[in-house]
Amino acid sequence: MEAMEFLRGVAADPHAYARKWKSSGGGRVVGYFCTYTPDELIRAAGCLPFRIFGSGGNMTRADAHLQSYSCSLVRGGLEEALSGRLDFLDATVFPHTCDSIQRLSDIWRLSACVPLHFDVVLPVKLNTASAGRYMVDVFKKFRSDLEGATGTGIDAEKISEEIRNSNRMKRILAGIYEARSADPLSISGGDVYSLIKSSMVMDRGEFIGLAEEVLAGLGPGASAGAGSLKRIVLAGGICSHPDVYSILERSGAHVVWDELCTGTRYFEGEISEKGDPVESLAARYMDRIVCPAKHSDIYARGKNIVRIARERKADGVIFILLKFCDPHAFDYPYMKESLDAGGIPSILLEIEEKLPPEGQLLTRLETFVSTL
Amino acid sequence: MADEKKTVDPEKEKRKIKSVRRMKEIMTAYYIDAKNAGKSGRKVAWITSGGPVEPLIAMDVIPVYPENHGAMIGASKMGAVLCAKAEETGYSRDLCSYARSDIGASLTNGGPIGGLPAPDFLVCCNNICGTVLKWYEVQARKYNVPLFFFDTPFIHTDFTEDARKYVRTQVDEYIGFLEQACGRKMDYGRMEEVGRLSVKAQRLWRDVLETCAHSPAPMTAFDAFFHLALIVTLRGTRVVVDYYTELLAELRDRIARGISMVPDEKYRLIWDNLPVWYKTKWLSDKFAEHHACLVADTYCSAWSGVLDLIDENNFLESMATAYPSIYINVSIDRMFVILKNMLVKYRADGLVMHSNRSCKPYSLGQYDLQKMVMKELGIPVLIIEADMVDERSFSESQIETRIDAFMEVLKQGR
Ligand code: SF4
Ligand code: SF4
Repeated sequence: MEAMEFLRGVAADPHAYARKWKSSGGGRVVGYFCTYTPDELIRAAGCLPFRIFGSGGNMTRADAHLQSYSCSLVRGGLEEALSGRLDFLDATVFPHTCDSIQRLSDIWRLSACVPLHFDVVLPVKLNTASAGRYMVDVFKKFRSDLEGATGTGIDAEKISEEIRNSNRMKRILAGIYEARSADPLSISGGDVYSLIKSSMVMDRGEFIGLAEEVLAGLGPGASAGAGSLKRIVLAGGICSHPDVYSILERSGAHVVWDELCTGTRYFEGEISEKGDPVESLAARYMDRIVCPAKHSDIYARGKNIVRIARERKADGVIFILLKFCDPHAFDYPYMKESLDAGGIPSILLEIEEKLPPEGQLLTRLETFVSTL
Repeated sequence: MADEKKTVDPEKEKRKIKSVRRMKEIMTAYYIDAKNAGKSGRKVAWITSGGPVEPLIAMDVIPVYPENHGAMIGASKMGAVLCAKAEETGYSRDLCSYARSDIGASLTNGGPIGGLPAPDFLVCCNNICGTVLKWYEVQARKYNVPLFFFDTPFIHTDFTEDARKYVRTQVDEYIGFLEQACGRKMDYGRMEEVGRLSVKAQRLWRDVLETCAHSPAPMTAFDAFFHLALIVTLRGTRVVVDYYTELLAELRDRIARGISMVPDEKYRLIWDNLPVWYKTKWLSDKFAEHHACLVADTYCSAWSGVLDLIDENNFLESMATAYPSIYINVSIDRMFVILKNMLVKYRADGLVMHSNRSCKPYSLGQYDLQKMVMKELGIPVLIIEADMVDERSFSESQIETRIDAFMEVLKQGR
């Protein structure tokens, strides 16, 4: 599949994609850190939202600003910026996330030399009417700040168009997830990863075209051998280690669904196409299944992971958490307890900058899979 | 303490702050009250250290502070054991040790006072960190009690009118929550009185801290860490005002009589971040050995740092601006302005930063602050890496070497 090949390339080197997009007259590239960024507004301003994932490589420059006890996303992201690898960025957006990202925003604003900087100080509480109104205010302010900075008016019709595009993209990604759940061998975990990652850095129209092709290529019906595979749900924050998938696949299991920021939390829940578009956007961010750095129903995530595991007939859940990520680490015992109570086995993989050595990881996963 | 016969060193006796005894009495009575709340029928609320306590006081609720409890756990060197209890149940060792030790204590009723009284409800304000949100969610599930979350948007470059309105609305929502939890209406007259007492206490606390602008300083930041407990826990009550009035008088008297805390004070240092609770004595002796006095710190002053933003005649209204504006809820550049003023005002020779593994919002950014201080003020900065409660993260020999080397630099600079 040519489309898939292209997306793999984008996921492997998103910087090259962004550079090319920019030099071919695209416009401004806007870096961002978290899926609570209203990327529709950025797109409506004619810019390319570009999710920053962190380098995973050696830290040389970031260590002068950040202690060793900050997560690899924060350190890796800063390393990328300070080393000049993100020099194509015209702006960066920091939606309020966790304590570490909050400080990263300051450090970034003072040191990263990206021309424009936006702090989108979202409400942390997402279950009250006043927080909902504040969310709308924050988005409206972001819209006008963007307009001011880019000199481009963002009219409501443009935002509505981006909302429709987002919904299309969400449906396609959901379709791919459904196809994989029905037949885990129809697409590799690594390819799903590439799809999600490229959706977060690519021009939306272009991505939709390619992803549609990929979806159309996923035939119906189960592949031979799929029945004997163990079905796994991945849970956690961001997984930027595609190797996990291939190692897992070698251990006799296959990811059938996830509960990741770089996964279902990103594409589940459509945005209303009626009414004021900024209000619809805000409403969708209020309703979505919360990320652990936000506050809503304190039982929602536990119920959700059990629901996913049941619905997807999972044999087990793998928590993949970044070391030093406080919000996820706080939720983990409760999430695990919820799964235990439902009789669903799970293990925890704590990831630093780099994955543990392949052999070690394979042994751990094989041991886990063999108990399922 | 053992009953051994001690020879009293009159020099040392003279330096001791006499109000300490009264402070201990007040805190003991407070904890007895809290532990007996079940009998007295008063409600107990757990609340975060930066949270709006005044409405609780006005509603006659007993506020209990897991963070203050955490400090006691740390000071009694029970941190590692209780943290390990939490870790056994799946909490990562990288999480804040106030949270871990509290979770450990509530699982086992452990710690210096046999655990905190169970809460009737929880009040969590994220003006100090996002950690408290997660921690209070854990406890809300454990105790199965209501949680009120007071959301104070972070201030990077400015505090928007939208944010102010959002927080203002939450003040009313908070009072509504309390009325429901307590089954009675707020007495706004009482609330006004509590607000005035809170402001009064904050002013006194500021004055107490500022006595150390005098050289030699009548107390050190290590003393301030101890006297801090009241402004955190019972702000808005008469007893706090009375206590700080007394303490202030004592400190002024010390100045008048030339009594300094550090004998022969030669160097004046500022401390940044939380105390290292299990090592305050050791650190204090260590610095005193070098004739260095920690004259101020960014932590204790956080409880009087937003006085300018509070209107004592319109307390509830001004809460919406004051609570989000505290030291740790603002950007590094804003922190630098405050830090700079402090360094200048106290005529500091150096800055000691505790890079605290537990507290990311306080610690991340310190490297940048360090550079700004050195560049703009030419003041040397020492960073020591530790943890406020978990003594497993303290390397005594390493820190000792670093402090000695830092003091050498200061001495040579003279
Ligand atoms: S939420 Fe976790 S992974 Fe994401 S930036 Fe914060 S600490 Fe890092
Ligand atoms: S020490 Fe830091 S992270 Fe822990 S509760 Fe206090 S402010 Fe939050």
